[in-house]
Amino acid sequence: MNRRNFLHTSAAGLSAFSWMTPMADALALNATQSKSTRPKSVIILWLAGGPSQLETFDPHPGSSISYGTKSIPTAVKGMNLAAGLEQSAEVMNHVSLIRSVTSKEGDHERAFYNIKTGYRPNPTVVHPSIGSILCHQLPNPKIEIPSHISILPNQWPARGGYLGAQYDAFQMGDPKQPVPDVIPHASSQRQKQRRQGLSLIESSFAKGRLKQLDEQKTHHLQNMANARKLMQSDQLKAFDVSQAPKAERLAYGDTRFGRACFAALRLVEAGVRCIEVTLSGWDSHANNHESQGKRIQTLDPAFAALIKDLKRRDLLDSTTVLCGGEFGRTPQLNAAEGRDHWPKGFSMAIAGGGIQGGRIIGATDPSGEKEQPVNPVRVQDIHATIQHQMGIDFEEELITPVGRPIALSDGSLIEELL
Amino acid sequence: MLSLIVITLITSIAFTLLWNKNHFDQSKPTTLTSFEKTNTFNTTVEKLDQAFEKNWQQAGIQALTPAPPLTIARRLSLALTGTIPSIEEIRAQQSVSNDQLTQSHLSQLFQDRRWSDYTSERLARSYVGTINGPFLVYRRRRLTDWLSKQLFENRPYDQLVRQLISAKGIWTSRPEVNFITVTIDENKDKKGPDEAKLAARVSRAFLGIRIDCMECHNDKFGDRWKQKDFHQLAAFFGKAQMSLTGIRDNGEKPYQYRYRGKKEAQDIPSQVPFNPEWLPATGNPREQLAQWVTHQRNRPFARSTVNRIWALLFNKPLVEPIDDIPLDGPWPAAMEILADELVAHDFDLQHLIRIIAATQVFQLDSRAQAPAPAPTEAHEKNWASFPLTRLRPEQVARSVIQSASITTIDAHSHIIQRLMRFFQQGDFLKRYGDAGENEFTPSGGTIPQRLLLMNGKLLHERTKENPLLNASTRIGILSTDHQQAVQTAYLAIFTRPPEKNELSYFTQQLKQLENKNRDQAMEDLFWILLNSTEFSWNH
Repeated sequence: MNRRNFLHTSAAGLSAFSWMTPMADALALNATQSKSTRPKSVIILWLAGGPSQLETFDPHPGSSISYGTKSIPTAVKGMNLAAGLEQSAEVMNHVSLIRSVTSKEGDHERAFYNIKTGYRPNPTVVHPSIGSILCHQLPNPKIEIPSHISILPNQWPARGGYLGAQYDAFQMGDPKQPVPDVIPHASSQRQKQRRQGLSLIESSFAKGRLKQLDEQKTHHLQNMANARKLMQSDQLKAFDVSQAPKAERLAYGDTRFGRACFAALRLVEAGVRCIEVTLSGWDSHANNHESQGKRIQTLDPAFAALIKDLKRRDLLDSTTVLCGGEFGRTPQLNAAEGRDHWPKGFSMAIAGGGIQGGRIIGATDPSGEKEQPVNPVRVQDIHATIQHQMGIDFEEELITPVGRPIALSDGSLIEELL
Repeated sequence: MLSLIVITLITSIAFTLLWNKNHFDQSKPTTLTSFEKTNTFNTTVEKLDQAFEKNWQQAGIQALTPAPPLTIARRLSLALTGTIPSIEEIRAQQSVSNDQLTQSHLSQLFQDRRWSDYTSERLARSYVGTINGPFLVYRRRRLTDWLSKQLFENRPYDQLVRQLISAKGIWTSRPEVNFITVTIDENKDKKGPDEAKLAARVSRAFLGIRIDCMECHNDKFGDRWKQKDFHQLAAFFGKAQMSLTGIRDNGEKPYQYRYRGKKEAQDIPSQVPFNPEWLPATGNPREQLAQWVTHQRNRPFARSTVNRIWALLFNKPLVEPIDDIPLDGPWPAAMEILADELVAHDFDLQHLIRIIAATQVFQLDSRAQAPAPAPTEAHEKNWASFPLTRLRPEQVARSVIQSASITTIDAHSHIIQRLMRFFQQGDFLKRYGDAGENEFTPSGGTIPQRLLLMNGKLLHERTKENPLLNASTRIGILSTDHQQAVQTAYLAIFTRPPEKNELSYFTQQLKQLENKNRDQAMEDLFWILLNSTEFSWNH
């Protein structure tokens, strides 16, 4: 009986023993660990295309640049959000807003690189994304599933960069679908025959080569064995949101993004270090208000439910949630009633992981005339702060393959958030 | 109209199948063009062989024996087209005598756009990276198409590099200008190319030196370079700016930089980091720099070119890291011989490739033949065995796709086949990961990569039962017996015939399933071969 069959049997009649499974172990471990020793995680909600700060986290109602966007009060006095984010408004006591993020990248690809790595694209080196840095710095040997996961990635999923492909995010689509690449296309009998055939070929290939070829050089068979372990891992259940109570799932909204955020919560419970979830469609060069409004309808329930559930499950203190895009949008509407790219002062929401909630950092000009926001925060400062909160010395320099020492982050701490 | 399209499609597919049948049959080989080696060609190869032999003697190592000809064909095909050879190509190879094989194969590849397209992409990574760059003023595809044309026409490499460094005009009509415009930063005050980025690219890609490490400080690991060496090199690009007619050298403000420890930025004069006497007296600064970089006596340029081409062929540079070749030596003896040869042959890249491919080291096996003892790490270090290296991501994708077709997938293939390859490769790479610019950094494979090969869409789609599109099924149908099916599958994926025990094992497997499901057994055989170490590694 293999592990999968055993689990199947457990589910059928031996549910009392299900606590013996690694998944249950992981959950039990999380529950028993004190807040200080619990493994820390990060969830990043990428709003790809560039959300308008004015229609989300930084409304200026009544001003000439609002073009009719209204604001709503939140759980925090003096902190307003744009109308449409009513559910998120309720959890803002746990969330802080940085309203003065600045970058120098106004092109989607370059800005995404910048926001994901904390560095601007450089001709000589590929920087790792923040999730890759966290997995590199804080390895978790107990986890069988990938500890860096990208759900619904756009064309630029998180990469390991100079740390290596082993730190690339594992990509998956809508959690409603099975986890990609883990289900074999052949019966177990055929798989067995395939393994036998492969073993014959592998011994042919190893003849006359380095002794301990696989251990010392190729790691091919080792990776394959680990891949099989993953395929049979009970921790894969964390991906399967359909097993959870319907009401719990639907609180996130019946959308791909909602399901992805719910899966992110479950993956954090399973011990995954970093999960990025992408919600595309914010690039509103035309009809800004309408297209932003549609995206907000998807974002609002998912973001709010995620914060609530993390709090309810006592995971918010050990899980940092970051939400924002690669840049913001122009204060002025263009001729097509759209807003164009604006890296000179945009917003990001940040919560959990020891970050104080209910704070507002920086401010943009309500008239839209002054480009420079008050108390500007650079993209790399957000990276430095998250890494610091995870217990990482972000100033540590790694020697990259190009021979150049590069700090994990060259940002500074955003003291106001701590 | 619709019926016309359907008829055309059916006719073309039927033609393709007939073509497949012809190439499946061993009795109808295509002939290859031969290549006459001159005496000087042979002398250079002998010099190289002697240099390596001397190294092996000094290191007390016995080099391995030559690899089988088909293994060498696989190496060349992977290096120059990014894919394993097709059965069609293998059949053509089998008609050529062994001593002619490598050079004939190269003659064939140099007439194939796959070589120039693939190599242009590999070279472009060192010139401009992989990122899209500034949206309005940069077209990477135009640059790689232009580069491919230059390589296909075998334009001397020094001319090509001069044109890149001194490129002028609009990035669409003058594709080489994209080498300059990729560095434009739309959010910077200066509306023109970034001098520091260009200096970094020029020094690494064309000189094989990492002078850009000195952008912010003097050399921390020696006293060879000062911060001013880097910025004086960058100053050659100071006059380049964007105008209505594209990139022009009419900037009036000199390049400025605030050195470490200084309070204010200062004007930086343009100066090369060594041998200023090679700078021509005329021309604008970029033209002067282009002449200096490619000067016949500028050995770092020749060495850097040799190292890059060597790396393409072996999947490992002669001197590592690829862009950090010591300026004052020591260099492997082969480096100097090849640099001399490159200069003497006017920077002819195809000639350089032919010479390297003809050397004993390129022809060596990567495994010892019994009763010789197994090689050690020292063998690879001293090039006494062909280095075992992991295939690059696009090589894996292209090879999986090629193995599913009996004929070669190239510019002459059916448009549907080419489109399929384009989309399948893109989807695969998105999940597998692209090495980006870290072309020759050894990296471990990953578990998701293994999962993708074991259970992923591409491999399943291209090996499952499909008599029209997949070689796995077609080989099963077209083979006269089980043995031929196994042998052909091995050629399609491993570019070698099966060993005795392999042939007998898999023939038996097919036999057992004869009356049940032979297509499924062929699918399983393809799956096994494609999931092996042998397929995923260059050897």
